[in-house]
Amino acid sequence: MCIKTTKQLKQVRRDFLDRDKQFVKKALICCGTGCLANGAQAIVDEFHNVMKKKRIKGFSVKAVRSTGCHGFCEQGPLVIIEPEGIFYTHVKPRQVADIVETTIRRGEVIEQLLYSDPVDGRKITHYPKLGFFAHQQRIALRNLGKIAPHDINEYIATGGYTALAKALRRMKPRDVIAEITQSGLRGRGGGGFAAGRKWQTCADVESDVRYVLCNGDEGDPGAFMDRSIMEGDPHAVLEGMIIAAYAVGARQGYIYVREEYPLAVVHMQKAIDDSRRTGLLGENIFGTDFSFDIRIARGAGAFVCGESSALMKSVAGEVGEPRAKYVRSVVKGLYDQPTVLNNVETFANVPVIINKGAGWFSKIGTPKSTGTKVFSLVGKVRNTGLIEVPMGISLREIIFDVGGGIIDDRPFKAVQTGGPSGGCLPESMLDLPVDFDTLTDNGSMMGSGGMIVMDDRTCMVDVAKYFLEFLVKESCGKCIPCREGLHQLHTLVGKVCEGRAVEGDLDKMEQLSEVIVRGALCGLGQSGPNPLLSTLKYFRDEYLEHIVDKRCRAGVCRDLITYTINEKCTGCTLCVRACAYDAISGEQKKLHRIHQKKCTQCGACMAVCNFAAIEVH
Amino acid sequence: MVRLTINGKQLRAEQGEMLLDVIRRLQIEIPTLCHHEAVEPSGACRLCTVEITKANWDGWKRYVTACLYPVEEGLIVATHSEDVLQIRRTLLDLLLASSPEAAAVQQLAADHGVVTSSYEIDPEGDDCVLCGLCTRACSALGMQAISTVERGIRKRIDTPFGTAADSCIGCTVCAQICPTGHIEFEERGLKRRIWYKDFTLLACQECGASLEITPQMAAYFSERQDLPESYFQLCTACKQKQTVDKFNAISDRDSNRILDRPEEVY
Repeated sequence: MCIKTTKQLKQVRRDFLDRDKQFVKKALICCGTGCLANGAQAIVDEFHNVMKKKRIKGFSVKAVRSTGCHGFCEQGPLVIIEPEGIFYTHVKPRQVADIVETTIRRGEVIEQLLYSDPVDGRKITHYPKLGFFAHQQRIALRNLGKIAPHDINEYIATGGYTALAKALRRMKPRDVIAEITQSGLRGRGGGGFAAGRKWQTCADVESDVRYVLCNGDEGDPGAFMDRSIMEGDPHAVLEGMIIAAYAVGARQGYIYVREEYPLAVVHMQKAIDDSRRTGLLGENIFGTDFSFDIRIARGAGAFVCGESSALMKSVAGEVGEPRAKYVRSVVKGLYDQPTVLNNVETFANVPVIINKGAGWFSKIGTPKSTGTKVFSLVGKVRNTGLIEVPMGISLREIIFDVGGGIIDDRPFKAVQTGGPSGGCLPESMLDLPVDFDTLTDNGSMMGSGGMIVMDDRTCMVDVAKYFLEFLVKESCGKCIPCREGLHQLHTLVGKVCEGRAVEGDLDKMEQLSEVIVRGALCGLGQSGPNPLLSTLKYFRDEYLEHIVDKRCRAGVCRDLITYTINEKCTGCTLCVRACAYDAISGEQKKLHRIHQKKCTQCGACMAVCNFAAIEVH
Repeated sequence: MVRLTINGKQLRAEQGEMLLDVIRRLQIEIPTLCHHEAVEPSGACRLCTVEITKANWDGWKRYVTACLYPVEEGLIVATHSEDVLQIRRTLLDLLLASSPEAAAVQQLAADHGVVTSSYEIDPEGDDCVLCGLCTRACSALGMQAISTVERGIRKRIDTPFGTAADSCIGCTVCAQICPTGHIEFEERGLKRRIWYKDFTLLACQECGASLEITPQMAAYFSERQDLPESYFQLCTACKQKQTVDKFNAISDRDSNRILDRPEEVY
């Protein structure tokens, strides 16, 4: 099958929808990496098993679809029964037969598998009603969890590749660029650079060869936005890239994916093969003169290779080290040719903008940060997962409406945005609108969309130390400020955590940070001190407590805390067995006690105690 | 030509020139550890960081490495502002902690008023400052026998997998370009050992003295410069002697033949 005209594309779509009409019910099983790790493949297999012996009118194994990630990984494996949208969580293989019989055949809901609201315990049947989904607006994630990512026809059935057809058939390259420019789309990878302007600059450079690169390196701890899109809707990324290539006049593109994302690599490769076979990629796309091909370049998982110039070196097979970008990579990039590099989420937005128009897109979000942003919301919130919200939404709405608030109703302390290069914002900043400029102005950044929520049991000094440790490990080591400077910053913060720091160390850290920010070669180093600087700015008293009072109020820094047992102790001896250092003694059914000299402050006793009898000070 | 201002002095420079070259032409001292005319600049040591601004930047300043920043019309450069000196001092302070024994680092640091590092000194710190001159020089020759290995503070210079590299020709350019003398090699008689690899140096076919080049170097140079292999058979002294002998022999026979057949002289 080779699609050469818009009519043929429409035919493929109609054929698929016609075939699909025979299914009155469909079972969508989330097969994102999170759900797969929780055993989703066994659920799919079990559906096939059950359906071997059963015949149900309007339902068969062909209506069992392995979809991409819904973003609600914590509740996985997830099964959704369409058309009603009945949402089952934590499904086990042995429950599949019941789902088929009760829900699919008889149309009844299985109460026990429903999601219960974390606040009032209410059972929620339909997923659009969940707070987690209700507050979201999904553009980049539009197809995630709804279609089988490995079937190009399913993508086409959702209207896929119509934007490409429109661009190639009815728009000139400069019209495409104008549309993207007017939409106000800014790069979702971290920098927030205007995509249209980037494309325009690339198109304006005189050159025979141009490249379009997709950055799927995503290395922030806890972030999985781009992975989920590549796994769950790979054709959306391809379509965006092909449109970009048409706009700037590129013939070759690369998708840079880290090797740690095996499923993303498999799905992207399948999508590339399928679209090539269908005539939507490769020579003479859509039967036009325009030719463009895409290859996958697999990275070895270095965080620094998400930086544009290091990424390009890595694609070219060299050591992934950044270079000074006094001449920008859009002018002189991969193999020294003009190169457009955007990240996965940015490309996934492009087809929608072409189809619905810049005017539609720019009305979403704020005037300077249009559209939506995908975040991976993690940490101490009730609903963790992948979310897409309009720009300009407040941090409070994200954490308390989408995220359902803090686990166990503990006090909120801080939210970390922007990954290791971002910063921590305190409670007083909760009503800030989330957009590129506001976050940067307040010492954090949008980054690629990591969002870690922290409660009162998180030590901010420890958080700064954690991110610095990450950056010390991930610094490429090329330039001195980043290699040696971040290492020394990490050493200094470590001293604070151990109670060995003196007050002057804080000034020293700030001075060193300033030199790193000014002197480092690439964005990784220049933004490296951010986690430290933002915590110093908003939580300086906590640093001083560590230094002056030798106290860690969150009970985290092991050198500054002691564990004791209070009178709630029932003498159950559970803690005695949990302690690896024989530091707890006491008779059965009597108050136990901890020998401080033997205690290593590991917290194992506290973790097992069922009576809240272990305290940390 | 572009016009720019460096430390208050107005001047012109060629389009495409790097700031560092222009600054040094003005006899302004600016420290570098990773810069060498023979190889591409890399911006690793950051010591040549300068402050730049323009009249229409509303007082906004940028800190850029002079070795990599091309001159621009209207650029106003400060090579020794207090902020720039602060950056240089801190960089040298950091280097003094990671390479405490390196004489070149000690000297540069002392020049900037840093005698002992204010940071935690790495007890295992060696003299390598990871300037990358060695790897760039090796690449410039087309060998790429060594490169950086690992990353961050564990980064070091090595051959692939820390074993003798096929592509190493034993030229020792890496050792010669190293600013701190960290790269060492052994040479005893006709034996040379560098980067886990043993070489037997070519000896003069006349007197047996070392030619101080390896057979691999001879092969490389004869291919690159299109020289006959016989070029690498004699030491300089014996070559001179042979040439003199040839001249004498020719002039004895017929001095005119030199003009007819000059190739015999070689």
